[in-house]
Amino acid sequence: MTDTVIAKHQLESQGKNNFGFWIYIMTDCVLFATLFATYAVLNRATAGGPGAKELFSLPFVLAETMILLTSSFTCGLAVLSAKNGNKKQLLYWLVITFLLGLAFISMEIYEFNQLIYEGHNWTKSAFLSAYFVLVGTHGLHIITGLTWIAVLTKKITKSGLTTKTSGSLAMLGIFWHFLDIVWIFIFSFVYLIGASL
Amino acid sequence: MSKKILTVLAILIPLSIVAGLIIYGAKLQPAILVPSGEIARRQYEILRFAFWLSMIVIIPVFGLLIFISLRYRASKKAKYTPDWAHNNQLEAVWWGIPIVIILILSIITWRTSHTLDPYKPLDKATRPLEVQVVSLQWKWLFIYPEQNIATINYLKIPKDTPINLKITSDAPMNSFWIPKLAGQIYTMNGMSTKLHIIANEYGDFEGYSANISGEGFADMKFLVNSSSPEQFESWANVTRYQDNFLSLDRYKLLSQPSTIEEPEYFSGFQPGLYNTIIEKYMPMYPNQNRSHHQMESY
Amino acid sequence: MFGRLSLDALPTELVTIGGALTMIGGACTIIIALTYFKKWGWLWKNWLTSQDPKKIGTMYIILSIVMLLRGAGDALMIRAQQAIASGNSGFLSSDTFQQVFSAHGTIMIFFVAMGLMFGIINLVLPLQLGTRDVAFPFLNSLSFWLFVAGFILINTSLVIGEFSTAGWLAYPPLSGLEYSPGVGVDYWIWALQLSGLGSLISGINFFVTIIKMRAPSMKLMDMPIFAWSVLGAMALVMAVFPILTVTLALLSLDRLMGMHFFTSTHGGNPMMYINLIWAWGHPEVYILVLPAFGIYSEIVATFSKKKLFGYKSMVWAIMSITILSFLVWLHHFFTMGGGANVNAFFGIMTMVIAIPTGVKVFNWLFTMFRGRISFTSPMIWFLGFITTFTIGGMTGVLLAVPAIDFQVHNSLFLVAHFHNMIIGGVVFGYMAGLTYWFPKFTGFKLHEGLGKLAAWLWITGFVTAFGPLYVLGLMGATRRLDHYDASLGWQWLFIVAAFGLLMILSGVATQILQLAYSIYRRKQLVDTTGGDPWDGRTLEWATASPPPHYNFAVIPEASGIDSFWAQKQSKKKAKKLKLEPIVMPKNTGAGIIIAGFSFVMSFALIWHIWWLAIIGFVGAIITLITHLTNDDHEYVISPLELKREEAKAGREGLYL
Repeated sequence: MTDTVIAKHQLESQGKNNFGFWIYIMTDCVLFATLFATYAVLNRATAGGPGAKELFSLPFVLAETMILLTSSFTCGLAVLSAKNGNKKQLLYWLVITFLLGLAFISMEIYEFNQLIYEGHNWTKSAFLSAYFVLVGTHGLHIITGLTWIAVLTKKITKSGLTTKTSGSLAMLGIFWHFLDIVWIFIFSFVYLIGASL
Repeated sequence: MSKKILTVLAILIPLSIVAGLIIYGAKLQPAILVPSGEIARRQYEILRFAFWLSMIVIIPVFGLLIFISLRYRASKKAKYTPDWAHNNQLEAVWWGIPIVIILILSIITWRTSHTLDPYKPLDKATRPLEVQVVSLQWKWLFIYPEQNIATINYLKIPKDTPINLKITSDAPMNSFWIPKLAGQIYTMNGMSTKLHIIANEYGDFEGYSANISGEGFADMKFLVNSSSPEQFESWANVTRYQDNFLSLDRYKLLSQPSTIEEPEYFSGFQPGLYNTIIEKYMPMYPNQNRSHHQMESY
Repeated sequence: MFGRLSLDALPTELVTIGGALTMIGGACTIIIALTYFKKWGWLWKNWLTSQDPKKIGTMYIILSIVMLLRGAGDALMIRAQQAIASGNSGFLSSDTFQQVFSAHGTIMIFFVAMGLMFGIINLVLPLQLGTRDVAFPFLNSLSFWLFVAGFILINTSLVIGEFSTAGWLAYPPLSGLEYSPGVGVDYWIWALQLSGLGSLISGINFFVTIIKMRAPSMKLMDMPIFAWSVLGAMALVMAVFPILTVTLALLSLDRLMGMHFFTSTHGGNPMMYINLIWAWGHPEVYILVLPAFGIYSEIVATFSKKKLFGYKSMVWAIMSITILSFLVWLHHFFTMGGGANVNAFFGIMTMVIAIPTGVKVFNWLFTMFRGRISFTSPMIWFLGFITTFTIGGMTGVLLAVPAIDFQVHNSLFLVAHFHNMIIGGVVFGYMAGLTYWFPKFTGFKLHEGLGKLAAWLWITGFVTAFGPLYVLGLMGATRRLDHYDASLGWQWLFIVAAFGLLMILSGVATQILQLAYSIYRRKQLVDTTGGDPWDGRTLEWATASPPPHYNFAVIPEASGIDSFWAQKQSKKKAKKLKLEPIVMPKNTGAGIIIAGFSFVMSFALIWHIWWLAIIGFVGAIITLITHLTNDDHEYVISPLELKREEAKAGREGLYL
């Protein structure tokens, strides 16, 4: 009896959990908005050093963007497979999403590394500080998402699609799409507009 | 003691403390309430007006509080309407009155924010005196570009003459304040803020730094002396013929963290010192636009 | 190996050694007592791992009171120094004095006011909403323990190292590496970062609780006004604490990694910090005061035995204050030279807030009008609040006019004003709330006579302590001075202010005495009404005192405002209720362990002990993942057990 009572309770908690997660996403939006604001203020404060136009390579970032967009799509497919109850397909898409995310973050790390190697690290100007922190915070979120995917994949492999794992998957979906949207903003404001100024 | 006496005492004691403070405070002639310059005087007049305006709400609140507390004590068995919780007319009154008061005050705020904008030069026939001010750790440097002299912790000004101050900082942010003459303005690295003051009385006035800037902050104050234009000129001449030049090296020493007891006077200074101090914090890039749009760079 | 940490970090000045010894002594006493009485297991099982908001709330309040004593000690040092240091340097070095006032502000806002607020919300909110728990019990315990981690960190600064000297908001460039190379600012950053993160999580948690966890029959417009005020405050928490997190992180990156967000060179922008910190800091004031407004509303209605006047007006006032509080932050720095238009706009927005606030005052007064008022000690706090807060509101309107603000900004006039709002508005409210709800959680009342005396000492002491500061401010006394010239004639006013503080402190002592005496006489003070000692109006009074850990055996009906009062008035015999099995969260140590690792990480970052920081970080993450992937979080209480529990409180007759 106990189990059915708890199961019922968990099912009833879904709405509350989802709502809570949306609220969290909202606070994360405020966090990114603050970082965007600092970037906007400091974006030209290059202290005599090179600015966005000189530093960023658009084709490279475009590739990054495409990879992340694709991963958002595969993540959506994962959620869809879960809805159809197809565990095997779900795991397949989760792994693909993970790999795409990993590719994205590797490219970002490569880009950072390249900048630092060329002497444009975050101590050089306020602009570079703001750039590294804004893009880096998104990167940290991606790493969090990757950890989440890894843990969830393991969990689903072990205990299948329970109320809890599918709840977790739904939230992961929201989170991953959210990161995608944030990236679109970064891509437009930091890279596209940066390169055209 | 009966409960009644205790209650009366409980109310009388804080009231008499407040009354005592008001009487003693008035005797002290607080600088802001007894200004010596036109700007401070106009600021004080707004303070006085806003104070009395807000009394339109405050006095009824206190009156009602006393009346209701006395009248509707449980022991009084006065009229009791436990479910009366809404009345459109009454609520309209106390949404309405504060709205009207704030509206009046808003108009005044809008107007005085412009007329008393510290960046606004004073409209006077007398030619203004320009002084450049630098906050250091923990002293004030005053540069008189026209007189070609400089002082530390001492600002001598001619009476009834508009003074145009340009203010910057070569230390943590600070706030420049002469309560008798005018309100404050921040001093910041790499920027030049402005303040326009005038003294309409002779005398010595206290000048303070109003923002924490490190260990010696409490000793970072200066004296303002308002004298006749002739006295000012002769003081400037005497100062100019002393042998005490403020070179860049001397300035570097001066800008080290320290406090000083007595004012110091310089017969001259490195040309362009004020701009040099500001540029220290500007990036080298030539067409760099670092400053806030509202912040006037020098 | 140990970064910047060496034996030099121990305090050397007499006052700081005293502080350090007090901290060490206090910690040792607690540890020895727990070991001697073999209470570690009990503590761990019943408190440290508890998910029960009532217990978490109690712990919040206990810690906040400890911090109140420390903050009051700091206040005493500030007042004593300024009363003495007329023309001499007093008994504190300027460095120590600056640490003391920085600590005073930080502690009073983050660890006293915020702690009391979350404590009271934890205790009261679920009961008022007719629910058994908050939305996310584990997150609730996690945010409490993050608060504790910040609490321990800020107290550690007394023993190891130093605290910030840059004031409670640590403006750069003073708080930057160039002017503050020591660990003080880092302690400030991390103590705030940890407790701020806790506040953010709590904000989300309580917001969701109010929206999603109310008793099913309770409509939003039927909620107790306290719940509304919490809703407004939590919405603000969610909107502004991320800004604080970012701001602190950026300042920390400037200091740790040589970045240039707020430096004066390399294009950094210190004014951006001032904007960001106040974009959080001003709403923060409303986060603190809104729940206090809610408390006053509950108290006035209860002790006037009358419905709260203008419920809808109150809700609108709360919501408009919530929104307006975003549009005023710039009034903290009119003197930056932002230009007449900008200043005028923010000045007017600030004054507009006075409108809904004034409306609330009139609504409270008319709640008392034609009531049956009994002047219990919560009501004495309320009277103190109305008088002091009205004065504070008036000085606030004065400060909102830029032309006036130029003259009194950063002076003691300003200091007096914000203490007027924070003590008169916030602290009085929380004290009133604690007195009001005390019997609910203990089963007995606090001693009334001592309570009234304490309130009177606080109020009179407040007037005596801060009246002189208004005068001093008008005389040109700036804040944070560790000494001043004798010729200025300020000393007498500072002495009066110090005397006022002594009155407040005797008020605090009276409260401690009141607590001790009430516990001693708990048999006589016991609440004989079965949980409703004040003839209350809202649902928290509908359950036993102290409430069972599941709050309500059956979720209560809540239709209409003041539903419990209406139920009592209707005199209809209540139907017997059917008990159903209920699900409750299991205890977990994850919260305290994660906070422990976070503490280690922060401490290591302050002292640049990188390997330890990594251990702390990884430990926290692994604990979190382990907890989240564990499925065993809930347990069930069967109807049979429920009936047995309810019988203990003599309430078994209510159920089928």
